[in-house]
Amino acid sequence: MLNHSDIMETIKMIDEEHLDIRTITMGISLLDCVDRDPDQFCERIYEKITRLAGNLVATGEEIARTYGIPIINKRVSVTPIGLVTPGYSVEDMVKVAHALQRAAEACGINFIGGFSALVHKAATESDLNLIRSLPRVLKETTNVCSSINVATTKAGINLDAVKLMGEIIKECAEATAEEDSIGCAKLVVFANVPEDNPFMAGAFHGVGEGECVINVGVSGPGVVSSAIKKMPDANITEIADVVKKTAFKITRMGQMVANEACRRLNVPFGIVDLSLAPTPAVGDSVAHILEEMGLERCGTHGTTACLALLNDAVKKGGTMASSHVGGLSGAFIPVSEDAGMIRAASEGVLTLDKLEAMTAVCSVGLDMIAIPGDTSASTISAIIADEISIGVINNKTTAVRVIPAIGKGVGDVVEFGGLLGEAPIMPVHQESSEKFINRGGRIPAPIHSLRN
Amino acid sequence: MNAVISVIGRDCVGIIARLSAICAENNININDITQKVLHETFTMIMWVEVRSSEKHFADFAKEMEEAGKEMGLIIHVMHEDVFDSMHRI
Repeated sequence: MLNHSDIMETIKMIDEEHLDIRTITMGISLLDCVDRDPDQFCERIYEKITRLAGNLVATGEEIARTYGIPIINKRVSVTPIGLVTPGYSVEDMVKVAHALQRAAEACGINFIGGFSALVHKAATESDLNLIRSLPRVLKETTNVCSSINVATTKAGINLDAVKLMGEIIKECAEATAEEDSIGCAKLVVFANVPEDNPFMAGAFHGVGEGECVINVGVSGPGVVSSAIKKMPDANITEIADVVKKTAFKITRMGQMVANEACRRLNVPFGIVDLSLAPTPAVGDSVAHILEEMGLERCGTHGTTACLALLNDAVKKGGTMASSHVGGLSGAFIPVSEDAGMIRAASEGVLTLDKLEAMTAVCSVGLDMIAIPGDTSASTISAIIADEISIGVINNKTTAVRVIPAIGKGVGDVVEFGGLLGEAPIMPVHQESSEKFINRGGRIPAPIHSLRN
Repeated sequence: MNAVISVIGRDCVGIIARLSAICAENNININDITQKVLHETFTMIMWVEVRSSEKHFADFAKEMEEAGKEMGLIIHVMHEDVFDSMHRI
């Protein structure tokens, strides 16, 4: 029989500490929809997505009602579109994005991920057209998310793609300038992108995946920070231990919801993503966990060490709680989506350079960071190149989702609302990186990629 | 399936009577109750069997929670699996 304190602990986690299932994401393969005719292709993908994911939202809501656990997002990820659109023009790509948008609306999901291209070694003509279509796609659609993988540890860094992405991010910002450049919030540039990530904007359904799969992303920064709060005098080993135990409990709940969703939808289970994903809500912040460990403000000296401990302990606790772990699995540090990060950035304690260091020890990367609207494309490319190098050399996923806020500068704030939050604009270095970026070519894969 | 009902709030006459009446009306059997009053604060956990109820579990949960509000109590009704998954290996 369960005891009283266990029951109260669980109720408190959900009621006061924002424990929730952040997303149930259905991955759908579009490989069998390929057609040389874009109209045929659009028809097929619409039919397939709405057939498989038509019940996703209703099922998610039903599980939430039955178990009393909030399930925040129900989403779909698809095969990277760049792989299934042979010889399509930019115009055709926009058409495909609209078909995805229609399918998302028909299913009632808030985001559909997979308007993506894998160009880590080189880009095909389709990949290039997909990338060139992004400014239009991200302006004309609201629910379509895009990710571009520009590097892997095995292939090295495609600097031509990095250069192009700097320009495209700038164009996307300009295309959506009236809405605080929100187009850029739906676009991520990756190194070592995972094929089973359930979190947006980087989710897609990898080519090694099956026909259809359910991946679940849990969350609960609030639960971790209040567990640490109860131990003001504990040493750091004890802190690591309590994070591990808390991560275990959170993940077990994620696994249970995943199993239930798979059973009800009759779709195989993929992975649970162990990420601590913050929201702008008070008490749901990763920065506050770090501050609870003993930092006056997130971003000061010691931040990287605390984050490294947090990230590792979350993985250790979570791994045992789930049969398959995947996706990004770690702590997220999206600046605009985390109340503590927003405060630290507005005060100037948390800087872009410090965030870059932090990404060496946690999942994802420079995420939801607003930079001045007049930042040059080559500087954005150089920010990407730095971040992507951390991933390539350390054999991990890193990513960049920056928003050059058109018409705004340091001291201003961009407001996206909802889960995307608000971001103070952070300064970037003024010195040019243009010559380096313009060299183009490919940065060779690191020596430790030669493991065979 | 079994559910766990947790109740916390200021003690008054008739809490158990009212809540167990709601269970009975919905054909829900009570398996176990642990209850204490500490410094005028009433706390209780009920284990109930909801299998034979015709009402949707979420509607029953809502009815309980609303009855709680009327009596100034905080009531949560949750599926037992949630606690099992979290606290049992």
